[in-house]
Amino acid sequence: MRITRPLRLGVAIAALSIVATACGGGEEARTISSSAESGNLIVGIKFDQPGLGLRNPDGTFSGFDVEVAKYVAGKLGVDEANIEFKESPSAQRETLIENGEVDYIVATYSITDTRKEKVGFAGPYFVAGQSLLVREDNTDITGPASLDGKRLCSVSGSTPAQNIADEYPGVQLQNYDTYSACVEALRNGSIDALTTDDIILAGYAAQSPGQFKVVGEPFTTENYGIGLNKDDTEGRNQINDAIEEMVSSGAWEQAFEDTVGASGYPLPAPPTVDRY
Amino acid sequence: MNLLSKYGDQLIDAFLTTIYLTLASLDGALVIGTIIAAMRVSPIPIARGIAATYVTIFRNTPLTLIILFTSFGLYGTMGVALASETSPTFIDDNNFRLAILGLSVYTASFVAESLRSGINTVPVGQAEAGRSLGMTFTQNISIVVLPQAFRAVVGPLGSVVIALTKNTTIASVIGVAEASFLMKTMIENEAAIFVVGGIFALGFMILTLPTGLLFGYISKRLAVS
Repeated sequence: MRITRPLRLGVAIAALSIVATACGGGEEARTISSSAESGNLIVGIKFDQPGLGLRNPDGTFSGFDVEVAKYVAGKLGVDEANIEFKESPSAQRETLIENGEVDYIVATYSITDTRKEKVGFAGPYFVAGQSLLVREDNTDITGPASLDGKRLCSVSGSTPAQNIADEYPGVQLQNYDTYSACVEALRNGSIDALTTDDIILAGYAAQSPGQFKVVGEPFTTENYGIGLNKDDTEGRNQINDAIEEMVSSGAWEQAFEDTVGASGYPLPAPPTVDRY
Repeated sequence: MNLLSKYGDQLIDAFLTTIYLTLASLDGALVIGTIIAAMRVSPIPIARGIAATYVTIFRNTPLTLIILFTSFGLYGTMGVALASETSPTFIDDNNFRLAILGLSVYTASFVAESLRSGINTVPVGQAEAGRSLGMTFTQNISIVVLPQAFRAVVGPLGSVVIALTKNTTIASVIGVAEASFLMKTMIENEAAIFVVGGIFALGFMILTLPTGLLFGYISKRLAVS
């Protein structure tokens, strides 16, 4: 192919536009109030977590996180129809917030000090704790003390998986990429129990009623917060107000019953919002 | 820098597992791949058919699917365990061996195709000379054809080895604690996705760049001039 002048020009334009988009990331920071004023919110949730944040085959979204996200949006004055849900896998949550691609994230997002350096947290809106999911007919696993020599499953690199590896060395841990893979392995018997936060487990138990049960007291504390831009103090306060109102009005309890109630997992005590 | 001092030992362990996984799978892939390549040029039609089917199936199946199948299909459903069920490290050993198996059968299809192209570079006269000396097919392929074919495909095999090194990251989907497994842990704990990603990209370059140079050098030394 001959390198003609138009071709050279084309290449130059292509190269320039790539450079331009690479530098163009510096748009002004999103704040909750400015987005709410415009009437549209982009909210990050999980798309693959039954009972918490799940995209249904018909394109709607359901789960406890989704209910919290909708309630908060309502309190910010944004109509439910104007919320755009965006998938936020665990590893991308900080990046999505820092780049301003979402207004806030409600996606089983535990409040930790390392994360607080990057993003701001409203809430907690739920206090979860690591627990165990076993087959309905299982009787010999009752809590973390009865795990010695058992086969447990969790997600590669996740905090619950690290807890088990550090604190219960007698347990054999199978790591898979997703919780649904663990649920499948639990169903066919190659593992004895699945471990992660209790509400996630309750979501799976509610998804296949009568097959699984959540056992034992939670043995860690995970404060689920709503992640947002670190510097948006006003937005954080607004969301905190919304969470408090959700708890006191009974909508919080209702959301829990509607989404994971079918698992038979008892309603935990509502959280106290931490305004740091 | 903090990350490097905090995770230094774990990083070395994880990359050692990656290297071990690569070398073990490469062994398996070379053995299976050579047999498949030999079958593809053999005079027996059934053997040719089996070899062609093998290459078609494994070269066109996503590796993630193959690795997941070793865990869910082979072990979970069919009960094929590659370690002692009573061992206290059963899950780790079993997953590690299943991953090597999956990586080997997948990579073998690429090795076989490289070798087949190498066999095509050996002049027909060589095989004919072997036959006229009364050599059987097995003798002919192992003494005359394959040694010359391997010399011709050292370069392409280098690409297969580099691809295999990077493909070992898929073993983490069934929980093998290699480099990308540690990467997931670090991303979960540190909330610094770009720095962590950079560390691992660099780690893999440290493994693959010398591999490429080494194979380039060997291929030059062995080239049929």
